[in-house]
Formats: sequence, structure tokens, C-alpha cells
Amino acid sequence: MTIPDLIVSILAAAIAAGTPILFATLGEILAERAGILNLGVEGMMLMGAWAGFAATYYTGSVWVGLLAAVATAGLLSLVHAFLSVTLQANQVVSGLALTIFGTGLSSLLGRDLVGKKGPFFERIAIPLLSDIPIVGPILFRHNLLVYLSFLLIPLIAFYLFKTRPGLHMRAVGEKPATADAMGVNVSGLRYLYTLCGGLLAGLAGAALSLGYTPGWADEMTKGLGWIAVGLVIFATWNPWRAAVGAYLFGAMAALPSRLTSVAQVSYFTTVVLNMLPYLLTILVLVAATQETMRRRIGAPAALGLPFAREEKG
Amino acid sequence: MIRGRARLRIEKRLITPRWMTYAVPVASIVVALLLGAILFAVGGVNPLQAYGTILKGAFASTDGLAGTAVKAIPLILCGLGVGIAFRTLLWNIGAEGQLFMGAFAAAGVALYLLPDAPPLVLIPAMLLVGALAGGLWGLIPGALKGLLGVNEIITSLMLNYVAILWTDYLIYGPWRDPQGYGFPGSAPFEAARFPRLLDTRVHLGLVIGLAAAAVIAFALQRTRWGYETRVIGENQRAARYAGMNLVKNILLVMFLSGGLAGLAGASELCGLATPRLQMGLSPGYGYTAIIVAWLARLNPWAIVLVAFLFAGLLVGGDSLQMAMNLPRATAYILQGIVLFAVLGGELFARYRVRVVRKE
Amino acid sequence: MPSLAPCQEEAAVRMTGIVKRFPGVLANDQVDLEVRRGEVHALLGENGAGKSTLMSILSGLYFPDAGQIAIHGRPATIRSPRDAIQLGIGMVHQHFMLVPVMTVTENIVLGLDRPRFYLDLGKTERELLELANHYGLRVDPRAYIWQLSIGEQQRVEILKMLYRKAEILILDEPTAVLTPQEVTDLFSTLRRMAREGHTILIISHKLEEVEAIADRVTVLRKGRKVATVERAQATKADLARMMVGREVLFDLHKEALPAGEAALQAEDLHVVGDKGLLALRGVSLTVRSGEILGIAGVAGNGQRELAEAVAGLRPCKRGQVRVAGQNATNCTPRQAIEYGVGHVPEDRLGTGLVPNLSIADNLILKAYRTAELARGPFLNPQAVRALARDLVARFEVSTPSLETPVKALSGGNLQRVLLAREISCRPAVMVAVHPTRGLDIGATEAVHRLLLELRREGTGILLISEDLDELLALSDRLLVLYEGQVMGEVQPAQASIEEIGLMMAGAGHHNGAERAPEARAL
Repeated sequence: MTIPDLIVSILAAAIAAGTPILFATLGEILAERAGILNLGVEGMMLMGAWAGFAATYYTGSVWVGLLAAVATAGLLSLVHAFLSVTLQANQVVSGLALTIFGTGLSSLLGRDLVGKKGPFFERIAIPLLSDIPIVGPILFRHNLLVYLSFLLIPLIAFYLFKTRPGLHMRAVGEKPATADAMGVNVSGLRYLYTLCGGLLAGLAGAALSLGYTPGWADEMTKGLGWIAVGLVIFATWNPWRAAVGAYLFGAMAALPSRLTSVAQVSYFTTVVLNMLPYLLTILVLVAATQETMRRRIGAPAALGLPFAREEKG
Repeated sequence: MIRGRARLRIEKRLITPRWMTYAVPVASIVVALLLGAILFAVGGVNPLQAYGTILKGAFASTDGLAGTAVKAIPLILCGLGVGIAFRTLLWNIGAEGQLFMGAFAAAGVALYLLPDAPPLVLIPAMLLVGALAGGLWGLIPGALKGLLGVNEIITSLMLNYVAILWTDYLIYGPWRDPQGYGFPGSAPFEAARFPRLLDTRVHLGLVIGLAAAAVIAFALQRTRWGYETRVIGENQRAARYAGMNLVKNILLVMFLSGGLAGLAGASELCGLATPRLQMGLSPGYGYTAIIVAWLARLNPWAIVLVAFLFAGLLVGGDSLQMAMNLPRATAYILQGIVLFAVLGGELFARYRVRVVRKE
Repeated sequence: MPSLAPCQEEAAVRMTGIVKRFPGVLANDQVDLEVRRGEVHALLGENGAGKSTLMSILSGLYFPDAGQIAIHGRPATIRSPRDAIQLGIGMVHQHFMLVPVMTVTENIVLGLDRPRFYLDLGKTERELLELANHYGLRVDPRAYIWQLSIGEQQRVEILKMLYRKAEILILDEPTAVLTPQEVTDLFSTLRRMAREGHTILIISHKLEEVEAIADRVTVLRKGRKVATVERAQATKADLARMMVGREVLFDLHKEALPAGEAALQAEDLHVVGDKGLLALRGVSLTVRSGEILGIAGVAGNGQRELAEAVAGLRPCKRGQVRVAGQNATNCTPRQAIEYGVGHVPEDRLGTGLVPNLSIADNLILKAYRTAELARGPFLNPQAVRALARDLVARFEVSTPSLETPVKALSGGNLQRVLLAREISCRPAVMVAVHPTRGLDIGATEAVHRLLLELRREGTGILLISEDLDELLALSDRLLVLYEGQVMGEVQPAQASIEEIGLMMAGAGHHNGAERAPEARAL
């Protein structure tokens, strides 16, 4: 394989591999912009991945599977929403509980499905567009879920910054007391966007078990959900930057297999390559933190803080 | 039926009555068990039989109790570590990785630094180095947080994956025992074997764990550092205003927290029947410890108690697997439910529900 | 004002028998209120009298336990701010309800049903400018809230209500954060609005304000209504008596003391604020032991940064700070404490105290490192308890026990705990920032007494406050801070409020040597 071909191959793989993370990151951006920190992404993704694969395996339809994935993760996210919004519990611990629970439950439920093969979202090359040199193979030879993610990025960006509901969402995450006084339903919106985060996490899971790595394996997300949470900070809660980050990680994930097809690498090198995504997340986080402190754009001011209409004594 | 128009009102409590701080976790466990029973029933498993198996496996026999105690040790140590971090609002999710790094360092000492040392020299050396390694591993997210303001949840978590990948590499790669049998692992270092207590499986680690709990409980109540921890955990602005050095505190606490987890790792090695660095050293102790610490409301002695409880759950989980063919993951599901129930229960500690009549 | 014939016109607002309870306190006890259309009606009372609660009920933030509300004669149930806005009621709170990272227009549009989906703000901006000009409010619709001064933010809040067609406008302590000039502007805007038929309700505890603007005044005390009077028919003393329930003395007994050594010296201080701009630009001052130096000025002109720089909580870019002769420039908070700086911060529960910890734990916040309480790394619990008991008795803190968390204490007691702790450290210089903010008259008197006692014992006190009466009564000398610079120094006995007001607004420099022509009006 020539170098240019290798690069194109890596970039295409970056997009394919980055799509699950992208879905998860976009979902978490929505939740966090509304002020809810949801660390349960990993658990929701796993449950989504399992549900998607299981439903597809037993019904033979990827669409049923997709629906199952999205619904399952969404349901789980509602638990977190209930704990965080209505019961005002500690959001860090609640999200952790969700991840532990989701990891365990998916292991339990998926034990009969390990190693099985089922239908998945095949690659579809878009006619004409996929023939454009360089850009074609990179962007237009993916499965439907990837194309869906392409659409979601500008959609979410538009929603966030150019619409009235988006304005309300941002207000709820920045200063819920003000939003409440202005008649915005803070609790309702927080439930809604936590749910959206869950739905997208389910999509992320499906993008794995029905897309990028078809099938089911125990803990198959390998921490992707956590990386997504880190990416949200890197993306400064902006969908466009989230895409950049996700594809960067996709490239990182795709690198080992691409490289081994070209050159011999030692066991040690493989291990280091496997460690890279996690180490890179840390680096990315450091850089992003410095930048947000410098540019004074930060997290939504009320992120992680429960809101209740203050009844002063 | 409530006559007339009446509403439920949720009022914030001014002060939480003492008895509530104990009653709530207990009630939460009960609720969790009920929810778990429902889950079992839905899955076609007889909940009473399941719980019975767990209890019998964990507590009914000497061997069961010993097994529970053995599993409680790393939970105690990691739980204590996580507890002191959480007290100062440092979310150390990296106990698992810190445990592995402790094990790795301790194994390194046994295999390469002091391969011929007698137990009296080797064991303390391993424990010390293990604790140090865990402490340093915890110091990384600590330094990033204290000096650069980077979110410690993600950094400590990422390092878990790195630590596990590293130890896996050693086990399958350069440290692999050519005469290996059973679990993949390194060559054994018999000299590091902990003495056993009372002719059971329970090893010295228990003494270490209890001693650690005592030291920490004392330190929190009776030292200046303990007082500073209380203030910083409640109100960081006030802590700064009072002249406390927040950065120093972050570094110290993360080092201690990681150190305790590293100690757990070393202890697990020495507690094996044949001490060696092997696969399956920790079935997620670092993560379970978080739940333990939270359920125990970060109180050192409560952590010991809850650690025993959860160890019982893990041992019982093994029984479940053998007796009823349910996977170990079931234990994690129950843990997750317990945590949910505890979180929900906190609502009652902080708020009061009243029925208000309207005219 | 000509009185309306009975039954000729329904009152704009009629609240009857309002009762509202919070844990531990009866905030409103059978309160009646009647406000006529087109009038400016003041709600007067001390802190804790129930004024804010009553208005929060009217604006939908709280729901009453009992009572009825009628708007323009029609019974109304107000369960949320949304309901209130639909009835034409809008409230401008003391703490503005604005989102800092959004623009003026975005803030005003928040919560509205228009624009339906797509945010086309151009048209809204034009509408806002028109509305603002009509009422004489100067506002830039494109500005971000964090860029605006407090006075400008208040204008945004008022505009917000007007845009929503609020007919009944409630303002909660509106002049607390304004210069005298801005107050005049506000009042003229309000009168204009009243002439156009808007009904204005002002919550206040300031008698001068009420005298200046109100048509009628309702006085509340301890959750009950005392009386409703026509402004023209009540004197200040009458109103004060109704507010407090007893005769109020407007005088404080303060003896002259010989000036001592310099307890605090600041030279050419340049300090950077939170927004990255210089908050203090070359401030120099001296506080002698046994002297109270008052700092007047509208909040946001560098007072907080001055206090923080002296206490070691904020670095100085340039300049020097000396405490009792020692160089304390850019020291850590801990060093500042050791040099002898006492600090009563304006944010009591947020910075000065740890709300969830006990009184005892809070009282040792600064002293826990000293030899009396600690031996090496260990704390001596008996010594801690003894110290706490002693301080609670000496400073008359009213509390069920030493273990009670401080957040359960009333405002007055909180301040006693804070002062007890700071004073017991025997500081060389005490920085007191807004020490009586939010306290009722009884608690205020207690704080003033403690400060004067401290002064007698030789501590130099830097008193930063928005309450000009307090400053004039307590200070030996008074400096006015505006935009990070000292505008001038006055002698309280000879100063006039107009003169000080001008300096607070940035106009007029005053040299301490010159004397003002008019004596302070009493």
C-alpha cells in the first residue's frame, strides 16, 4: 500500500471508528449543556450495544435492533435523571452507579451472545459522491449510522445556538435560577436532555455492535464512554469540535491495525498503541483545561449542581 | 384518601437528626435487596433461593467467613483510600489502577530487587514499595488537578486502563512464567507469603486493613490535618480564606489515597496461596470500593463494616455461580442497585416530606 | 395625591390574609396589602420583616399557605413566575436574574413564546431599543451581561419586565447598588412609568428612599403589617418607630481617640480584578491603630479587591502593603493571618464560615494552628471546646449548643461568630466588609458596638460599607473609592452627602484639607 493510500485508509477508518465516540460525545454535550453531569455513558453505551445486538440477532432486523439500543439506553438515562433532577442526588456517584450497573447487567444478559454473528449495518457507498478522489473514500463509503452522525453535527449546532429551545437549554445549564424565574421548566428540560444524552449513547452502542465491531463481547466499549466524557471538555461543549476530537480518537484506534498490516510491530509496541487513546485523553484534557481557563469559556456554570427553587428560611 | 385539596410538600431540613444518618444507609440496603429480588424474579430466578445461597456461601461456614474476610481486605484498604479522597471532594476513580501499580511494584521487588531476601525483609519492602507506587500513580491525577486544574475523575480513570494494560503486558510478556500453570502469571515468590491467622485462609492483610482504619479514624478526628480535611471538604473558599494550602492538600490526599490502594495491591499478592503477579488479581475492587465508601458515608469504621458486607456479596456471588449458574456479573448489578438506593435514600436525610392541606 | 372614591376603581393589587411559613419561621402572618393603580407603593421594614417573601408570593416564586390575591379586582392564583407574568406582574430581584454569558436581547427573550423556533434577534433588538428610549433607559441590546455595570444590568431587568408588558412592577431594594446619581435616574424612570399607568411596588429598608419616591408606604414588622400611610402624612421618625417597634436613636456614641502607630499602610496598590482589568489603580491609604478608616463607594469599584489584597487572598501587581510595620505585600492568606490581619468578609457563609460545620469548628478556623489548640500535628479537643465556650459567652452568641452547624444560626448570630473569631485573634488591623449587610437594627447595633470596642482596644479598622449612615457614624476618616482610585478624603463630621455622592459617582475630587461648605444634613 502506498503512503497516500495508507493515509486515506487511516482517515476513512478514523471516521468509522470515531462515530461511536461522536454519538456518545454529542449526547453528553446535550446533557451537560443543560447542567446534568452524566458519568453513566459507559454503562448506557454497553447496554445499548447489547440491546441492539440482541434484538437484531433474534429478530433479524437491524432497525429493530437500533430501536432497542436507543430505547434501552434512554430508559437507563431516565434513572440518572430521576436521581439527579428530582432527588437531587450527587451526580458523580449516580453516574458511576449507572456505569457499574450497566456494565454488570450487560455482561449478565449478553453471556449467551458472545461470539455469535448477526446482521449489522453494511457499508453503503453513496453513488457519485463516493467516487470523488480522496474525499470520496474517506467520507462516503460508510454505513448508515455514520451518515446519520454527519447530519447530527450541524443539526445539534444549529439547535444549540440558533433556536429558542436551544437558548432555553443553555440558560438552564448556566443559571437555572434565572431560567426558572423566567418561566422556563428547568426540571423538565433537564430530564429531556438527559434522555437525549441517553438516546445518543444508545446510538453509540449500536454504532459499535451493529456497525464498527459487529457482535457482542463483554465490556466491548473498553472505556469509550469515559473518553467521550473527556472529549466533551476538549470540545468546549461545541458539536463541531466534538467531531474533530472524535475522529482524532478514531484515527488513534484505527492506527494499530493499519500499521500491523504494513509493518511488523512488537508486542510492546502494540501495548503502547493500545494505551495511547487513554494517555491522549489525559493530554487533551490538560490542554483543554488550560485553554478554557485562558479563554474564559468554561463549562456551563451550573453543571453538576442540583437546582431547587430556593426557599429561604 | 386525602380529603380536600392537599399537596405533598418537600421542605429542606435544617439539621439532619443523628439517627437518620445511620438509618438511611440501612434502609437503602433493604430497598436495594427488594429491587434485586424483583430483578431476580423477572429473570426467572427464585430470589429467596438466590439470597439464601449468597448468605450461606458468605457467612454460614468458617470457610465462607474466611473467604469473606479475605475479600474484605482490599475493599477496606481501597475504601479507606477512596474515602479520604472523597472527603475533600477529590473524586478518585483510579483506585483500581493504583491497586495494580502497587501489585506490579511489589512483584518487581520480589522478582528482581530482593529475590533472595527472607520474608521478614521482603514482605515489608513489598508493602512499602507497593504503597509508594500506588501513591505515585494517584499523585499523577492529583498533580494535574492541583497544579493545572484538570478534572481528576477522567484522568484517574484513564490511568486505570493504562495500569491494567501494563500489568497484563508484564504477565503475558517479559515476566511470564515459562513453567506457568493455572492462571497466566509471573514466576512465584514464595517468600512473600503472608502468615495466616488462626489456621484459616485469612491472612495478615486483615490486620493491616484494620490498623489503617484505626490510624485514619484517629487522624481525621484528632489532628490538624483531619480538621483541614473537614473544612476543605465542606467549603473550599473558607479553607483558602483561613490560610489552608489547598494545593498541598490535593497532592497529599491523592498520594495517600493511591498509597492505600497500592498497599491493597501488594497485600493481595502476599495473600495468595502462591504469591505471584497473575491475571484476575482484582475483580474490580477499586470500583466496588467507591460504592463501599459512599455507602459508609466516608466514615472509616463504617467502611470496614460495609467492606465486609460487600465482600460477602462477592463471595456469595461465587456461590451463585457455582450453585445456580449465574455469572459473577450479578454481584455488580446488585452493587449498582445498592448505590442507586443509597443515593435515593439521601433525599430523606436532606428533605422532609409533608402533607399540606389547603382550605 | 387625590384619593379615589371608594368602589370607583378596583385596586391593582389586593392581597388578603397572606400566611407563609418556612422551617422555623413565620414569614408572613395574615398580611393585607392594597395597591392602587398608577401609584408608587413602598414596602418598608427591617430584614426578616417579610417584605421580600410577600413580594415573592406576588411574583410567583412562592405559594402562600393561606390567603387570597386579586389583580385588578379578579381573584388570581399565582403558582409560578409564568403565571405572574401572564397577569402582568414582573419583579426585579436584588440578585439579578440574568445569565452572564448571554446578551441583553437573549436574556430578555428567555422564557418567551416568541420567536417561535428560529432565533432571529434583529427584530427584537430594534423593538428593545425603541422601548428603552421611550422610558429613557440607556441599554445596548447586543452587550453581554458580564460586560455591564450593575446599574446597567438593573436597567436590563426593568426593560425585561416592560417588554413582557408588565403593568405591575416590583423592585426589591433597587438602590442598594447604585450611586446617588443613578438613584435619581431610576426614580425619574419610575415616576414616568407610574404616570403612564404602571403600578410600582418598591421593597426597601431605607427611609430616605421611601421618602423620595413613594406615594404610600406599608410598614411590615416581624411578619405582620403595622400600617399603611400616605407618605406625606408620616415623618421619618414615625416610619422608623413603626419599622422597629421602639424609639430609634440615630446617634452613636463615639469618643475621640489619639491616633496611634500605623497599623496598615497601603502604597500605590495596583490590583487586578476577576475580569482581567485593574480593579485598584494606585490606591494609597493608612489606617492607624485605634482608628476607623471608612471606605465609601458603590459596590464594584475595587472595595472587594482592596480587602482581598490586604488579607492575602489576591496578589498585587504593583505597590506595597505593610501590616504593623511588616511587609505583607503578596503574602499568602496564612501569612496575613500571622501578621495580624483580621478579615470579616462580605460573603459570610460562603467564605468566612463553613456552613455545615459546628460553631466550635468554625471558631477555631484561624487559631487551630496555634500552640493553645494544637500540639504538633494533634488537635486538643478540650482546648477547642473551652475556647468555643468562652467566645460564645463573651460575644453573646445565641445557640442551642456548640455543636450546632452554623448554617442554622440567624444572620445576626452568624456575624457574632465571625466577629468573635476574628477579634479573638487580636488582630493589628481588621478589615470589615459590609459587616451589617442584611442585619436588623438590633444586630447592627451590636456589631457597631463591637467595632467601637475593638477600636478602643487599639486595633486599626478598615471599614468597607455601602451604608453611608454607618460610615459617617463610625469612621474617624472617610475615603471614597471610585473605579479603583481614591477620589478624596473627608471628615465625617463635616461632610455632606451630596459631596460624597458626587465622589462616589466619579465627579468631584476632594482634598481632606479643604472643608465642605455645608454641614451634613440630619
